[in-house]
Amino acid sequence: MSEVAVSTHGVGHNNPPKGLLRWITTTNHKDIGTLYLVLSLIMFFVAGTMALVIRTELFEPGKVLVDPEFFNQMTTLHGLIMVFGVIMPALAGLANWMVPLMIGAPDMAFPRLNNWSFWILPFAFTLLISTLFMTGPAPDFGWTFYAPLSTTYGPKSTDYFILSIHLMGISSILASLNIVVTIFNMRAPGMKWFEMPIFIWGWLVTGFLLLAVMPVLAGCVTMMLMDRHFHTSFFNAAGGGDPVLFQHIFWFFGHPEVYILILPGFGIISAVIQTFSRKRLFGYHAMVYATVVIAILAFAVWMHHMFVTGAPLGAQLFFMYTTMLVAVPTGIKVFNWIATLYKGSITFETPMLFALGFLILFTIGGFSGLMLSIAPSDYQYRDSYFVVAHFHYVLVSGSLFTLFAGIYYWLPKWTGRMYNETLGQLHFWLTAISMNLTFFPMHFLGLAGMPRRIPDYALQFTDFNQIASIGAFIFGFSQLIFLYILFRACILRRGEQAPAKPWDGAHGLEWSVPSPAPYHTFDTPPKVVPAEAH
Amino acid sequence: MIYALILTQLAFILRLTFMQSWWRNAIAVLVTLLLPLPAVAASIWNMPKGVTPISHQIYDIHMITFYVCCAIGVVVFGALFYSIIRYRRSKSPTAANFHEHLWVEIAWTVIPVLILIALAIPATLLLKQIHNTQASSLQIKITGYQWKWKYEYLDEGISFFSNLTTPKDQIEGAAAKGEHYLLEVDNEMVVPTKQKIKLLVTSNDVIHDWWVPELGVKQDGIPGYINENWVYIDEPGTYRGQCGELCGVYHGFMPVVVKAVPQAEFNQWVAAHQTVKQQKAAAKAKAKQEAADKPPEKMTKAALLAIGKPKYQATCGMCHQANGQGLPPTFPALKGSPVATGPVGKNIDILLHGVSGTAMQAFGEQLDDETLASIITYVRDAWGNGEVNQKAGHAIEVQPSEIANARKE
Amino acid sequence: MSETKASNKRLVIKLTVGVVLMFGFAYMLVPLYTLVCKQTGINGGGNTAAVAPKDMAIDYSRTIKVDFASTVHGNMTFDFRPLNKHVEVHPGETKLIYYYAQNTTGHPLTVQAIPSITPDDAARFLKKTECFCFTQQYFFKGEKADMPVYFYVDPKVPKDIEEITLSYTLFDATGFEKSEEHFTKGRIEL
Repeated sequence: MSEVAVSTHGVGHNNPPKGLLRWITTTNHKDIGTLYLVLSLIMFFVAGTMALVIRTELFEPGKVLVDPEFFNQMTTLHGLIMVFGVIMPALAGLANWMVPLMIGAPDMAFPRLNNWSFWILPFAFTLLISTLFMTGPAPDFGWTFYAPLSTTYGPKSTDYFILSIHLMGISSILASLNIVVTIFNMRAPGMKWFEMPIFIWGWLVTGFLLLAVMPVLAGCVTMMLMDRHFHTSFFNAAGGGDPVLFQHIFWFFGHPEVYILILPGFGIISAVIQTFSRKRLFGYHAMVYATVVIAILAFAVWMHHMFVTGAPLGAQLFFMYTTMLVAVPTGIKVFNWIATLYKGSITFETPMLFALGFLILFTIGGFSGLMLSIAPSDYQYRDSYFVVAHFHYVLVSGSLFTLFAGIYYWLPKWTGRMYNETLGQLHFWLTAISMNLTFFPMHFLGLAGMPRRIPDYALQFTDFNQIASIGAFIFGFSQLIFLYILFRACILRRGEQAPAKPWDGAHGLEWSVPSPAPYHTFDTPPKVVPAEAH
Repeated sequence: MIYALILTQLAFILRLTFMQSWWRNAIAVLVTLLLPLPAVAASIWNMPKGVTPISHQIYDIHMITFYVCCAIGVVVFGALFYSIIRYRRSKSPTAANFHEHLWVEIAWTVIPVLILIALAIPATLLLKQIHNTQASSLQIKITGYQWKWKYEYLDEGISFFSNLTTPKDQIEGAAAKGEHYLLEVDNEMVVPTKQKIKLLVTSNDVIHDWWVPELGVKQDGIPGYINENWVYIDEPGTYRGQCGELCGVYHGFMPVVVKAVPQAEFNQWVAAHQTVKQQKAAAKAKAKQEAADKPPEKMTKAALLAIGKPKYQATCGMCHQANGQGLPPTFPALKGSPVATGPVGKNIDILLHGVSGTAMQAFGEQLDDETLASIITYVRDAWGNGEVNQKAGHAIEVQPSEIANARKE
Repeated sequence: MSETKASNKRLVIKLTVGVVLMFGFAYMLVPLYTLVCKQTGINGGGNTAAVAPKDMAIDYSRTIKVDFASTVHGNMTFDFRPLNKHVEVHPGETKLIYYYAQNTTGHPLTVQAIPSITPDDAARFLKKTECFCFTQQYFFKGEKADMPVYFYVDPKVPKDIEEITLSYTLFDATGFEKSEEHFTKGRIEL
């Protein structure tokens, strides 16, 4: 094992090369994990700033700051970057850091590929963001880029957008190939399938989902490119195509995509809740099956995004039923987490606060999801702020909170330093309160009839929009605390020294290596202790 | 208003918190939280009940789902908060050791499924009704344009565009905003009450979405295809909505306004429309006859400009801007543009037929000869274009007769 | 360890094949979707000629009102409208109606009409045996024509269907011209 580690890494000692070259040439899973997380953090502030531009414009009716054209570019890029540039790279970063540590592997299965799959991303986002500085509008058709607005009517920068999506897709596919193979083949001897942590299960299923739908997205944008430049007419009725086909292909990708953004997070929550309630996860098997069922259902619900595009009754009914069914496995997960808490011995450190915040707010997002699944009511909710509220509840207090929980949970392992608990808790409370202040009023706005993606609105929507804007600014500036906490732990290296296992309730192989985790770990496979023995 | 409501709520909750026993507090808090719910229904906190049988039913099913969610929420959050409060480390120093229970898992799989079935039944029945567009007494075809709506009453032969009328000054903050800011149009879609009206929604360019919350109708207009929906309005009134699907720069500026009137009034409206149409046609024919008899009367430049300036600002100003600077590159500047300062024929051609593949529409069908001539004259004269044209020897004035001739070609 | 490496390689090859197949699947969704549209008759799925079965009986007990509508797409100035606002047909009975078209764009043009039938659940029962929409149509500058549509409503149409709308959207097909000879097929020059 150690020999292979030497040969695959090129640099086989514990002291990596210094300077910029280390980060460009690195094949070390921990380095690459760090790179992903740093990129994600930068993109978080970029896309967050865009959100604040949006919320400033919406602070009151009338033109406040930007014209409608720029507003559309902001909503589009905010969505694209948050999904592809923040959540997905952050999840990939966590996978790179934690998958080998959690399964007792020395590194990822394909370290060089790993390097490549990360380094594609900065180029992809440079390409995408550069469109803002070109003459002519940046992509302005929403992150869902519906044809024909993005094809026949798209700005010239659409081609940059297409290329950028291709690069992101390739990066995701390579990363998931690596993760799936690592999980399949590199587990420490003795780690059986049903002994893997839920985070590993979550990422395994996510990996398969990514491998299945990223190529579909690639096909979709390739068709766009062909429609724009090569006289095909996939999405143009003039040549026998159909703009509705675009939506089918997009959402065939898009719906599994939203589960991609949350399934690894479910794993993080499972780990954090077990640790801080000092009790084994309740219903481990049910959790695993629920994850798999969610992933399968993901492929059978896409048309619920298209209830108002016109479809035969039978199709609408089918997709309404399958969508409602999603509530079942998701509910099972929530119930199991609560059962894990029940009769535990619970403490409330920052990761746990984010996990509990997730549990409550994600459930609220689930409720609005159930409401949206009812097709007749969906006629009223669709394309309104109700939908905006719903997906921010599942993406901000869902995905983002799981990421925060994971980062606080594993930060001592990465840096060898404890983060500042007081600041961490402050970060949580400010984030959780402002998150609700921002997004809860959007439910009311949507129900009262405010459409999404509008730069200006009628007078009756003013009050709630102002509350949302104030909340958004508090939310945005609270994240500077997070930045400082990371800066303090990673750069200043302040905070008390973290032991190998800083959380007394934690289990798992990642806690068996010292903190900070040495550059190379598990060169000899560890001994796996079955969960029953805990 | 909302602030006031929230504040009263908070004050009430605070006051209750200082009562003696915790359970009385809990009940009181719960009651205060639930109390405003009926009041909420009518306000801007919730979906409008609307004025059609379908919108009422959608509202009901929305409220049922909401209350079901609330009930589940009470159970789930109750269990959650009980667990984290009761089993915090100071109260529960050691954790229990159970981690599996088959029957519990089965129970929380089966119970949600039953709840879902209970919700699916009314939803299915209602969806069937929404899909039943049969036996309508009026058919209106609704076409989305960037960024306005066109309404065609198929059997009555009435057809018109519906544009936003909110002045630019209000949008840019130079004037106080009116009551129906961004929700007002020049021509409302007028419909009779107590009639089943079939709506055929389509689009002329990108995907639009015709949405009036109070009618419970939201339907995408897809270029090339039509979608069907229907309304039966109980109450006369004016109902306002907006385009729901992102359709480009001015997506937020294409409202839908529906005016429901009793059948008799609707009949008058139809008759008036048809009379106007006939008169217009007759006048047109007469003018044509006269034009054939004698050379057309020339309009003075001043007269053309007097019509052209306001018409330009209403029709063209949104994109090309009042100062002629446009919003490049989507909407090019007209000031010094090669078209406005070039040969007049090309200029007329573009206004009549549009420029395919761009946002420039064909105005040939939307505007009459006089208006077109006036707008073109204004554009060729304003912002220093007049001097350029004079120097280059291009005409500035365009007569309605020239438009008429260009139409024939 | 080389065993792990070899099995990594095997697995990654399998997964890559899967990825390539899924990319192909995205393209396969196109004919799949066309097939679904053809079966259901929605979204242009009715753009091919149907052949009326010889033994089709006319159901005189039912009358269905068929409405006609038209849209001219985009900036094209084309005069295009149905000459009949609506007709009443018995299921199984073949009807002939006309659309009128005149090219007022000021230049010759190839156009394509895209049919659309509502309600969605009736779409597959309205069948066209002859239609100007089956091919592209070429119009000289100023050329006008009456364009016939022969259609029937399948007697299997559900009992609750009483009204069907047949609508055409006329598209400028410039850039999509097909090298067919029948660019004027099925129309009466005026």
